[in-house]
Amino acid sequence: MEQKYKKVAYYPGCALEGTGHSYNRSTKEVGKALGLDLVEVENWNCCGAMEVKNIDPKIQTYLSSRVMSIAANEMGFDTVMAPCNGCYHNLKKAEYDLGQDAETAEVVERLSTKAGHETYKAGQIETIHALDWIKDSLGEEGIRQRVKGGLKGLKVANYYGCMYTRPRHIFPEKDKGPGSESTLKPHYMDDLLAAAGAENVDFPLKTACCGGAHTLSDSDTSTRLVLNILRAAEASGAEVIATECPTCHSGLEMHQIRAEKKLGEKTGVKIVYFTQLLGLALGLGARQVGIHENVSDSLGFLKQKGIA
Amino acid sequence: MRPLAEIATAIDVAGRSPDAVAGATELLGLGEAVLEHWLAAHDDVPTAGAREGFRLLALHRQGAGGEPSFNACRETCRELVFHYNLITLDAAHADTARRLAMMAMVAMHLYLFISGKLESAKLGEFCCSSRPVRANAG
Repeated sequence: MEQKYKKVAYYPGCALEGTGHSYNRSTKEVGKALGLDLVEVENWNCCGAMEVKNIDPKIQTYLSSRVMSIAANEMGFDTVMAPCNGCYHNLKKAEYDLGQDAETAEVVERLSTKAGHETYKAGQIETIHALDWIKDSLGEEGIRQRVKGGLKGLKVANYYGCMYTRPRHIFPEKDKGPGSESTLKPHYMDDLLAAAGAENVDFPLKTACCGGAHTLSDSDTSTRLVLNILRAAEASGAEVIATECPTCHSGLEMHQIRAEKKLGEKTGVKIVYFTQLLGLALGLGARQVGIHENVSDSLGFLKQKGIA
Repeated sequence: MRPLAEIATAIDVAGRSPDAVAGATELLGLGEAVLEHWLAAHDDVPTAGAREGFRLLALHRQGAGGEPSFNACRETCRELVFHYNLITLDAAHADTARRLAMMAMVAMHLYLFISGKLESAKLGEFCCSSRPVRANAG
């Protein structure tokens, strides 16, 4: 039987070409190490993120649908993987809206025709997150078999952010009982990192808002929200916060520094992408997974723990 | 209604309460008070009803009506209830003090999230007319 998600279309999205560069690097390296193929969507565009959505949600739906149309109609894929929570959320939302709202489908058809590409139709492609990609292709046992050094009891708080599971109705594949991802208490990152040897701590703010939307309009609120997440992670016993979204990751890193400078509140917990941790567990080098590109300096700590 | 700024201070105090059950009860009530602010700012009358046995969850459900982004605090509310249950159902547990401190952090997150949203939307205590009062109180 062919392995699930062995070869998928890869939609990195804008953030992974900028602040989330190390997430892009580590995702690709982990894919290679696990024997999973990523083929980048050709000539992709922004998913519409928050900016376009705020102006006109239907244009955001069109932008996301164009990415899915290229992957499905021009490249022949039935699965597109988006590691960014914002992109993942927007593609899922576009999929839902196109299937439910005739007016949206009509606007997308009109814009697609004008832009000169085939219109994306709901159901042509499945959008998955990087967590689904690894968890559903290899599972924990597959990770255990491939782990080399492992994470050796590293205490990790897994932070999923607020867009990975919300709103529930755009993720029909979740909450399907044992084995499926939960929108109330997501666990895929916990499962993968535990399989790699990490010790996951109970972390009550794993899906709490990091204040990403306030970052520009009200930085102080964002800093206080992030500081609360960092403190809660430390109080839970975590040495590292594992992330799976470039926006959350940057927010945690930047506001950790800002909290110290502006509020005099220093926290020592490290912030690392789950793909970086997984890569290290698989025996990849720290530079290979871009640890040096993170703002949060974790290299010394990871070396001390014997992980990097 | 208790002013939002007072709620933040009260969360800190309740999280250090020597009586964990009283502290947890206070934190649950403070969570409800934060949600009441959100509803009042939207000209809604906060429900007296309960959902899954908790008014906090009913208030959250009421507040999320027509505002999907408000669901970003859904699990924060549920974690608050979870910690309340942990503490009140087994107050003699060795982890109770730690659980109470964690519950205070969860309550603080709810406070920061909702007060941030109110401030962004210039609602409630953050509307133009009340801003000087709030600034002077700070």
